Amino acid sequence: MNTFIDRFSTTSAASQVRKLKEQEEDEFSDAAWGSEAGFGNLAKGIPSFSVPSVHDPTAFLRLHTDDHADPNCRIKIQHGTTTLAFRFQGGVIVAVDSRATAGSYIASGTVKKVIEINPYLLGTMAGGAADCQYWETYLGIQCRLHELRNRERISVAAASKYLSNLVYSYKGMGLSMGTMICGWDKTGPAVYYVDSDGTRLKGDLFSVGSGSTFAYGVLDQGYHWDLTDEEAQELGRRSIYAAGHRDAFSGNTCNLYHVKEDGWNFIGNFDISKMHYEGPGNVPGAPGTGYGYDVRVLGRNSSNPPPPEAAPAVAAHA
Amino acid sequence: MDVSFALTGKGYVLVAADTTAARSIVKMKGDEDKIKSLGPHLLMAYSGEPGDTVNFAEYIERNIRLYQIRNLYPLRPPSAASWIRRSLADSLRSRSPYSVNLLLGGYDTSTYTPHLYWIDYLGTMATVPFAAHGYGSYFALSLLDRYHDPEAPLEEGLATLKRCIDEVSKRLVVAPGKYKVKVVDKDGIREVEL
Repeated sequence: MNTFIDRFSTTSAASQVRKLKEQEEDEFSDAAWGSEAGFGNLAKGIPSFSVPSVHDPTAFLRLHTDDHADPNCRIKIQHGTTTLAFRFQGGVIVAVDSRATAGSYIASGTVKKVIEINPYLLGTMAGGAADCQYWETYLGIQCRLHELRNRERISVAAASKYLSNLVYSYKGMGLSMGTMICGWDKTGPAVYYVDSDGTRLKGDLFSVGSGSTFAYGVLDQGYHWDLTDEEAQELGRRSIYAAGHRDAFSGNTCNLYHVKEDGWNFIGNFDISKMHYEGPGNVPGAPGTGYGYDVRVLGRNSSNPPPPEAAPAVAAHA
Repeated sequence: MDVSFALTGKGYVLVAADTTAARSIVKMKGDEDKIKSLGPHLLMAYSGEPGDTVNFAEYIERNIRLYQIRNLYPLRPPSAASWIRRSLADSLRSRSPYSVNLLLGGYDTSTYTPHLYWIDYLGTMATVPFAAHGYGSYFALSLLDRYHDPEAPLEEGLATLKRCIDEVSKRLVVAPGKYKVKVVDKDGIREVEL
C-alpha cells in the first residue's frame, strides 16, 4: 500500500526524486543525447515516452487518425475513389477516376489509379495509394519471376491469389487496399477482386470505392455479356462519369483501359466536367452530346396542357 | 432502412415507398403504406424516425384538409410544399424535432404541371425531376441521371421506376422486398402495380 501511495503522491520522497529526474531530462538538449560516456540514460533511471498532456491521450490521438474503420491503422488514408472493371465478350474493361482526397481536401486530380503490372495484367487502386502501388508493383516482380521459372505467363487466378495471400499475411497490421486484378490468360478474360481483409472474389463485374454505388447504378443497368467493344468502353466511361458526378470524393478525370487477347490497351483520359457538358469527344461509342442530365433533357418538360380549341370552330361560332 | 423513390413524367408524378415497418432487426409488418394522400392531387411519401413519421404525416394531412374545408379549394402543390417545409423547419428548432424525410408529389390542375419536391428533416426543400430517400438513393440517383425522361409516358416512367427497384434489390444488402407505388395526374391519385 505504501509503495502505491508513494507512486502517486506529490509530496513523498519518491515523487521528489521523480520531479528531479524530469527536470534533469528537460535541462539537456536532444543534441546531447548519449554523449555522457554511455551513462547518461542510466543516471536517470528507466526512460519513458512523452504523452500528450490531455485528459485521455488515446481519445485525443484517435481524433487525428483514421482508425474508426480499422483500429490498427495509424495514418489518415485516401478513401474516396471510384474504380470499376468488368468482363464481357470482347475482353475486360477497366475504368477509374483520378481524384485523391485527404479529408475534404482534393490532394490531386491526376492520380493514376490503374497500375500496369505487366502487358497482360492490370491492377486498380482504392484505399491506401501507397499500399496498392507498392504491393502491385511487387506483384509484378513476382509475376516476372514466375515467367522465368516456369517459361509460362502467370494466370490471373494465380497472380490474384499471390496478392491475396500476401495481404492476408499482413492482416491486422493496417494495410488498406481494395483492388481488382484484371487480365487475359489461357482461360480468357478474367477479373478478380482482392482486398486487404483477405477477400478474393472471381467475378464478371466489380466496382470499388466510395463512388461504387453510383457506378453500379449505371453499370448494372447497361451491362450484358454481348456488349460490343465500343459499347463496353462507353459503359465504363459513363459509369465513372456517374460516380464522379454524384460522389464528392471521386472525379476530375476518367482513365479507361481495354484488355484483349494480346494484352491491355490504354483507351484514353477523359475529363469528367467535359463529359458532363460536351461528352467524351470523338471516340467510338460516344453519344455525341453531354452525359449531364440537364444537357440531355434540355428543352423537355413534364406539363401536359389539353390541346387548344381548334381555331375554325371559334370562327364558325362568331 | 426505408427506401423511397419518386419521379415525374409527362403529366404525372410516380411515388414509390417500401412497405416494411422494422424495429431493431425485426420486421414487424410487411404491408405498411408509407404514402399518404393529402388531397385530390397531392401525395406524400414519408420515412425516418419510427413514431415521428406517422405522427407528422397525420398532422400534415389534417391541416391540409382543414385548409380545404375552410377555403373550399385545396392548396396547390407549391404552396403545400412550402407550408410543409416550414412546419419541419419550425419543428427542427423546437425541443423535440420531427426526424422525417419527405417526397411530395402533386399535379397542379390549373397549370397542368406535375410537381415533385424533395424535403429532408432539416427543412431542406428542392424542386426536382426525380428524387430518392434512404440507402436506395446511392444506387438510384446515378441511374435516374442516365435514364429519366421528363416527357416519358406512364408506361416508360414505370419501367424506369422498376429499374431503380431492381437495382436496389440487386445491390443493397438490406433491400426491402415489396414496394407500394402510387401515381398522381390530372385524374387524381391511384395505386399501380409494377
